[in-house]
Amino acid sequence: MLARSPLPPPAGGQTKDAHTCEIKSGIVTDVAQTGDAPDRLVGKRRAGDRFFLGLSTTAAASIMVILAGVAIFLILKGLPAITANWDTNNDLAGYQNKHWGSFGNYVLPMLWGSIWSALIALVLGAPVAIGIALFISHYAPRRLASALAYVVDLLAAVPSIVFGLWGIIVMRPFLLPLADFLNQYLGWIPLFQGPVSSTGSTMLAGGVVLAVMILPIVTALTREIFLQTPRLNEEAALALGATRWEMIKLAVFPYARSGMVSAILLGLGRALGETMAIALIISPSLLFSVKLLTDGFNSQTIAANIALNFPIATDIQRSALIGTGLMLFVVSLAVNMIARGILGRSERKGRTSSKMGKRA
Amino acid sequence: MTAVTSAPATAPSISLTSGQLPRWIEPALAIGTAVVVAAVLLVIQLFNPAVWLILTAVFYLIAISVGSGIVEGRRKAVDRVVRGLVVCAFVLAVAPLISTLWTVVAQGLKVLTWDFVTKPGGSVFDPNTLAVTNTPGALQAVVGTLIITGIAALISVPIGILAAVYLTEYALPSNPLRRVITFLVDVMTGIPSIVAGLFAFSLFALIVGPKAFSGFSASIALCVLMIPIVIRSTEEMIRLVPNELREASLALGVPRATTIIKVVLRTAASGIVTGVVLAVARVVGETAPIFIAASFTDNFNADPFSGPMQTLPVMAYTAYSFPGKDIEASQAQAWGAALLLVIVVVIFNLIARIVAKAFAPKSR
Repeated sequence: MLARSPLPPPAGGQTKDAHTCEIKSGIVTDVAQTGDAPDRLVGKRRAGDRFFLGLSTTAAASIMVILAGVAIFLILKGLPAITANWDTNNDLAGYQNKHWGSFGNYVLPMLWGSIWSALIALVLGAPVAIGIALFISHYAPRRLASALAYVVDLLAAVPSIVFGLWGIIVMRPFLLPLADFLNQYLGWIPLFQGPVSSTGSTMLAGGVVLAVMILPIVTALTREIFLQTPRLNEEAALALGATRWEMIKLAVFPYARSGMVSAILLGLGRALGETMAIALIISPSLLFSVKLLTDGFNSQTIAANIALNFPIATDIQRSALIGTGLMLFVVSLAVNMIARGILGRSERKGRTSSKMGKRA
Repeated sequence: MTAVTSAPATAPSISLTSGQLPRWIEPALAIGTAVVVAAVLLVIQLFNPAVWLILTAVFYLIAISVGSGIVEGRRKAVDRVVRGLVVCAFVLAVAPLISTLWTVVAQGLKVLTWDFVTKPGGSVFDPNTLAVTNTPGALQAVVGTLIITGIAALISVPIGILAAVYLTEYALPSNPLRRVITFLVDVMTGIPSIVAGLFAFSLFALIVGPKAFSGFSASIALCVLMIPIVIRSTEEMIRLVPNELREASLALGVPRATTIIKVVLRTAASGIVTGVVLAVARVVGETAPIFIAASFTDNFNADPFSGPMQTLPVMAYTAYSFPGKDIEASQAQAWGAALLLVIVVVIFNLIARIVAKAFAPKSR
């Protein structure tokens, strides 16, 4: 309507004036329906806008509050046990059938267990995850690629408790012959020292299940980065006569290196916090150990220890468990921050340096 | 190309394909190896799917590397071996997925009846006869799961969507608050789930007292895990909304807030709903935080504000880890709960897919 208005035939001065007047009044009434004076109207609108802006800013800021809250409440509840005297306190002196002396002595073996199990999971899982990512991004037929990626993502949808139960009845017996083999022929390596477990509740079984559980996250991240490799670099390598594997070594890996590192670190963070698989599968002891095949020398992890002992703990023992949870929180927070830092840096770098030739 | 340069030019029948293995060699060799290994294993009566797959992979890789090394040279052989390894990696990931689902379905179907879903169960102690009777049933866990996850979703969805709106619509990329929050959201996705449970327990223990187990507490724990997932997916969906829509709306004089609610969120609605449903599917399977914050019980409890509450994953865990007198029955309970949980997760994933398909913005 507005666009046509300048065009009416100029019949006379009066009619023209009337016409524009009509249009003007039209606009005025349109606006006036919602408010009396323009000033107040703008003010009202801004009030609504400001309210929504305030609401969403509060929601965003609540992220900081929640993270800070997690740290604060863990410290508040954990501090009594951390500062307690572990020699004289009745509940803590002989906690879990051992004399600890201090909170540090209690938590360190488990911290080692958490890191050790996560490392095993990474050593077993990361190469496979990178292989899958390569398969989906550079080897599988284009049409199949997204379906195959979906299949791997399904692994992430399976609840951890289900993997734990599966580990108990499938993975433990499955790995027994392998454990015997490793112990028999490679038993001189401390990792594979006996006595070999007869039930299969070993660190090896726990590590394998953890490896399966970190596959999807490492795969998804590395796949994304592999797909971002500049197309022209890949084509240049192929044009120079490189085989596909040489092209990947020359063009894809150098480009994706920092992304792969951070993906692996994120997998490490995920494995550190995993509770149920370890709690169900391995038979734990609170000690420093690297043995993979026994059931008496598996270093317990922090998360599994909390899950196993929390229901039967007294108040101060719960506080001790929360203290160990605080340690886990700090460690995994640090790992995640480093990983995200590396990823963020490489993303910024990637955005400026590889503007051309991304995969369509 | 390599074939032309490496083969002597005097050879009479030289072609571009000489010195190369035919294209069909890889699938043919793989199938051939599989058949031979299966035959040998059957003859010596040691057939086992896992052993069969592993031996097939090993022999295939040896055969292709030797064959290709002789005919095509070292570089091509390495290439083919890597190709084989990469396929093996994929099979290695799919095998546990299939095995897990197969195990859960096979074990769970033994106990999964309609009564299992509609009746509360557990072990009941009769003080007169001193007998412990085990009744199969998971109604208390089903109800608990729905209540706890529902409350968690009610709290985290508005916070998550509003925070995503702030990050994408209001804050400029240079805004320091935005950068801090984006970083923290990323970090928050990596919080160990058990720490979220400990947080909720500590929070309620300081407010309510030492016996602070409740379904609501577990919901708070799940919120810590769910909010970052909702923010991430909503952010991605909002970024997909074309800028022209916002500009058109603003140019018509529509206020910013109305534009965001009626244009941006409306356009991204199907994606946001899909993300939310997937986030729910993710937290519904969490065991550790609920176990810590809501403890566990065999009693039916539908009040989220008082007393321990049972959920499906916790039921699966406790029935296995702290079995009653009848260990077999407890473990059957665990598998039944695990299968129900998988079914719930599958349903949520299907809903997400359907929403994504059915309500996608129509392109005219």
